[in-house]
Amino acid sequence: MSTSHVTGSHTTISSGGLPSRRNTELAMLGFAVLIPVFAYANVGLAINGELPAGMLAYGLGLGLLAGIAHLVVRKFAPYADPLMLPIATLLNGLGLVFIWRLDQSRRLKLLNEGAAAPNQLMWSALGIALFLAVLVFLKDHRVLQRYTYISMVVALILLILPMFFPAVYGAKIWITIGGMSIQPGEFAKIIIAVFFAGYLMVKRDALALASRRFLGLYLPRGRDLGPILMIWALSLLILIFETDLGTSLLFFGLFVVMLYVATERTSWILFGLTLAVVGAVAVASFEPHVQGRVQDWLDPFHVVRETGNPNQPAQALWAFGAGGILGTGLGQGHSDLIQFAVKSDYIFATVGEELGLTGVMAFVLLYGLLIERGIRTALAARDPFGKLLAVGLSSAFAIQVFVVAGGVMALIPLTGMTMPFLAQGGSSVIANWALVAILLKISDTARRPAPAPAPSPDAEMTQVVRS
Amino acid sequence: MNKPLRRVAIFCGLLMVALMIRSNWIQFVQADELQNHPKNRRVAIERYQQPRGNILLSNGKPITGSTETKSIDFKFKRTYKNGKMWAPVTGYASQAFDASQLEKIYDGILTGDDDRLFFNRTIDMLTGKDQKGGNVITTLDAEVQKAAYETMGDKKGAAVALNAETGAILGLVSTPSYDPSSFAGMSDKDGEAWNSLQKKNNPDEPMLNRALRQTYPPGSTFKVVTAAAALESGMYDIDEKTDTPDPYRLPDTVTDLGNDGNHPCEDASLRVAMQWSCNTVFAKISHEIGNEKMIEYSEKFGFNKEHFVPVRAVESVYPEDNRPQNAMAGIGQASNRATPLQMAMVAAAVANDGKLMEPYMVDQLVAPNLNVVEEHTPKEIGRAVSPENAQKLQQMMEAVVEKGTGTTAQIDGVTVGGKTGTAQHGENNSKNPYAWFISYAKTDDGSPPIAVAVVIESANVLRDDIAGSKLAAPVAKAMMEAALDGKR
Repeated sequence: MSTSHVTGSHTTISSGGLPSRRNTELAMLGFAVLIPVFAYANVGLAINGELPAGMLAYGLGLGLLAGIAHLVVRKFAPYADPLMLPIATLLNGLGLVFIWRLDQSRRLKLLNEGAAAPNQLMWSALGIALFLAVLVFLKDHRVLQRYTYISMVVALILLILPMFFPAVYGAKIWITIGGMSIQPGEFAKIIIAVFFAGYLMVKRDALALASRRFLGLYLPRGRDLGPILMIWALSLLILIFETDLGTSLLFFGLFVVMLYVATERTSWILFGLTLAVVGAVAVASFEPHVQGRVQDWLDPFHVVRETGNPNQPAQALWAFGAGGILGTGLGQGHSDLIQFAVKSDYIFATVGEELGLTGVMAFVLLYGLLIERGIRTALAARDPFGKLLAVGLSSAFAIQVFVVAGGVMALIPLTGMTMPFLAQGGSSVIANWALVAILLKISDTARRPAPAPAPSPDAEMTQVVRS
Repeated sequence: MNKPLRRVAIFCGLLMVALMIRSNWIQFVQADELQNHPKNRRVAIERYQQPRGNILLSNGKPITGSTETKSIDFKFKRTYKNGKMWAPVTGYASQAFDASQLEKIYDGILTGDDDRLFFNRTIDMLTGKDQKGGNVITTLDAEVQKAAYETMGDKKGAAVALNAETGAILGLVSTPSYDPSSFAGMSDKDGEAWNSLQKKNNPDEPMLNRALRQTYPPGSTFKVVTAAAALESGMYDIDEKTDTPDPYRLPDTVTDLGNDGNHPCEDASLRVAMQWSCNTVFAKISHEIGNEKMIEYSEKFGFNKEHFVPVRAVESVYPEDNRPQNAMAGIGQASNRATPLQMAMVAAAVANDGKLMEPYMVDQLVAPNLNVVEEHTPKEIGRAVSPENAQKLQQMMEAVVEKGTGTTAQIDGVTVGGKTGTAQHGENNSKNPYAWFISYAKTDDGSPPIAVAVVIESANVLRDDIAGSKLAAPVAKAMMEAALDGKR
């Protein structure tokens, strides 16, 4: 893994004398707190004609959380990437504003939807607490490598658990413990990335080198196909038994991406895509839940035409359309017509309606920036485990954003996942804060001026041979 | 490992780019279409956000209104004055069931959202006033409409009155009708009212605008068009003998066509044939002129074309057909069909010395500040017949009212020309025939002639009694009188 590549940037690679960029982070955090506070004021003025009563407390609270997070980063990950924390704070802060805005909807109140913002605020605080805990207690991300196989077991348990709980609105992605609902898939996303990173780091040479050439492609040996087939089968099982297209897609996509990065073999991608298509088509041929989603995607207005009553996918598209280029303004849209799940799965439609195309582009850019900073971290990381973990977490995040936003905008069939940081849901916000914390930790190690201990010589050798 | 990492970075970037492209697609390219989808609640929410502008009669009186409601979505609700009578004109605007006709076509003006009201809106916004809707001023005459609606009574049918010189629609009645106020809201009661008016629950189809959207066999009223074709072709003249046998054997068949009653139809001239509504003469003329030419002449009167007044009126047809059918079409008893509006246009073109005017019912669109946004100027569609031939047609139609089948339409001191019709329908003429009357009224004071068409679908009277002159002519007479009274 020679660092002779032409990245050009000195901010992440070269050793010694690097600015820590903590002050940049602090300045960015200032914006990340101010923008949601302004948005909050805007909603209050638009809906009630006055500044919301909780504005000061909200501003101070968000500022305090961001401030503490910043101080902890300064102390425990001084060389971490300066953009990730501000972006996550901004997304989380705006998410809270959107949820509070929907709490004010008279239409939703008629449906007996309770206020969700206070809970979400609590979950966000817990998320940031977990973020801090990861920064403080995870001394080095390579520690996680020790837990490769434990991670596998935990991930499997988390993925399989929801099968034993009743389906909520057609998808089994929830477990309920003592009245509290948890979406284990959100946590499994991180844990499984740890497992893949640990596993692939060990196996990648075998998977990469031992192959046969066929029609210009390097095909893996039969016995090396085992892991990918297993993950594939597991994804399909999730799809069939939990009718959860999103999670299934996420795990399989994550594995294929990490496999490709680990082995540098394009054939894995082709192989993975083929498996994914075959699996998806096969399941869609008999699973009515999946068929319904596909039909809603191909023709979002078929339910309107058939019954006269618009369903959620149609309502979501109308919300986006109603936003137009500049949006209706915060608090002035009618995205609450989506009714159920408007604060969770469909929250991006409210962004589309009230902030318009401009707001949607800004949000996609923010997500894109966070993802690319994550991949940048992978590029900068000096150990293969760190590289794999960082790219795994980043691409999981990317796939999730794409699957959710694409689903709501009817670019792809809709799946039951949440928009990271934005949507209502405790599991999601907590897990994503942990994800960002791990990425920060990896980037801190990567950018730390004193060279970290050399990675295992074996890995180094193979890299040199190949490059 | 860095080469694949860069590729993954590009891949993730592409995912985000795909989202951005999609967002541009639905929020820019498709935005208008999505915003105006009829089932999109936002359309109705915006429509009733402020009191809706009104639809006015030619005398400036509104036939619509707005009332405040308590619903979350809709601040206001549409109301109608004498909604049943005016429904064929206004259409409806309902919170639950979208809108139709004028209410739909001029939705932008009535809500104030129209681009042409942008300036008004901006001023209102800057001065902190609520948005206001503009008004739609129609050409309709309260008295003509009332006369028609009341004389139609509970009979099923339609009536149209036109100013022959301009094409302005003075009266537009369709019965049975519906009250658009009954389903203007959102409640269960509104839903029930709506359902009870639908065709599947109500075979009388109260929501069908018979004056514009229903075609009927025109029966003998079509003889005016056939006579026009005869004169225009130069093959016949008003007082020339037509060399017609009675009965007349239809071409290519062994079927003999006779005449109703005992009238001098054998070898009758056009004038006499029109006066007594001789089937034999007009069937023969249609046959001799031929299908192709008959289509051409009837198209000059507006057949085979949709008209927008601006509410869409369906196309009245004179199709290509075989020779016996074409002969029968000359007396309005074959595959040719006409809307009441179309037959009123025929009468109007004759009364207006052959010039066919475009029918319209909206005179002005007015902004909330009373500025005129759009004004209709009368437009000539074309010349249906030459002025000389129009004069001859007028003589014939006036003879019908003076001393022929249409004497029931006479008005003292007014020149009235008309034509009756009794169109058979149903298998083997099994159903009650349609009673038709088309006419025009002229005074000497130079005021524009009034043209009228009336059709009555089925009335609960004995079959023999059904004739244009007994059922439809009184309605036409009442409308013409009302229009002329207004002028005096």
